[in-house]
Amino acid sequence: MNRIPILKLGHLLLVSIQVDMHDRMALALQEDLAERISQTGARGVLIDISGLEFIDSFIGRMLSDIAGIARVLDAETVVVGMRPVVAITLVDLGLTLPGVRTALTVERGMAMLPPPTADEDLGDDEEAEDAGGR
Amino acid sequence: MSGEVSVIEGVLREQRETLLAAWVQAQLAAPGVRTDLISESELRVESERFLTALVEGVTNDPGSADLMSPHWDTIRDQLTALSRSRATRGFSPTETATFVFSLKKPLFEALTEADGDTAATIWSATQLIDSLGLYTADAYLRTREEVIRRQQDELIELSTPVVKLWQGVVALPLIGTLDSARTQVVMESLLQRIVETDSAIAIIDITGVPTVDTMVAQHLLKAVTAARLMGADCIISGIRPLIAQTIVHLGLDLSEVTTKSSLADAVTVALERTGHQIVRRKTPAAE
Repeated sequence: MNRIPILKLGHLLLVSIQVDMHDRMALALQEDLAERISQTGARGVLIDISGLEFIDSFIGRMLSDIAGIARVLDAETVVVGMRPVVAITLVDLGLTLPGVRTALTVERGMAMLPPPTADEDLGDDEEAEDAGGR
Repeated sequence: MSGEVSVIEGVLREQRETLLAAWVQAQLAAPGVRTDLISESELRVESERFLTALVEGVTNDPGSADLMSPHWDTIRDQLTALSRSRATRGFSPTETATFVFSLKKPLFEALTEADGDTAATIWSATQLIDSLGLYTADAYLRTREEVIRRQQDELIELSTPVVKLWQGVVALPLIGTLDSARTQVVMESLLQRIVETDSAIAIIDITGVPTVDTMVAQHLLKAVTAARLMGADCIISGIRPLIAQTIVHLGLDLSEVTTKSSLADAVTVALERTGHQIVRRKTPAAE
């Protein structure tokens, strides 16, 4: 079974969904993501869904769930790149993805997530890690 | 039946010229003839073509006179074209159908002269002419409906301009009544423009919307929610006092949406949110 890759980008995790997901893939992503957030101590998760041409109620709920899980693990989630058609379908289905923050592009999404330097604790940690690495 | 039809066919063939002349005469003599919309020569050409096609139809399909059979293709096409041109020129349905019905008198006269058993012959002839006349009226209506539908589509397209106000700010000035079909188009073009212009803020201005009922409010909220799902914020502006009262009386919840009374206020908020500041430049006169 294919898995959606989760990329670590500094203090962020980047997930780019480029294929139409089926339910098992979505569940696997949810598990993997929860695992990676606690592993890396990431403060933000960016999910790019610009590749998705449609979203059903299951995937919609999964996005809400991921946001919820991430929040519990102290990370913020931003969903970016939703296509107009997808947005209209979701609204028609009555799925408003409560609790999910959204942005138009990856850049704008990154700007919405906590910057590494703004949060002093995180910055210290990273410096400490870097120092340890050297 | 076929006996009578062959009489009709015979008359149509033999007395074609006489019939044509009498028919055109009858059309021109008819009360309310629209010589202002169509010339006599044009009328003559149309009548002649119709007669030719009628002879062809009667010859090919002597038995049933079923207009929908392929034998009558030519005449149907002709009548459709004729109704179409008359509908666009501004003829009324009666005036269009009269074209066919006015053939009755000259045709019946010719049939009476040619045949002894007139009642049966005239009956089948009148059936034929009636169905042709009704077909004309149908075609006329179809054309009018097409025109109306096209205009409706054009109106919908015309009425949904999404304008880019500033880098990252688009506005949708809504004018007129919102119904489901229009809201769908409006919503789609708004969302599309949001993506195209990479705008994080969209202003929906409803100054030009006369009334807001529950349906309209629901449609607006749908657009706002869809934009939010994509990552853009919506500001609704131009809510008039009366509409504000209606909204509250209807018990609609707009608390999730930023609302401003004027477009100017909405623009100010949008610019502030995108990190801009509006400053009045000091002019020499002011100093």
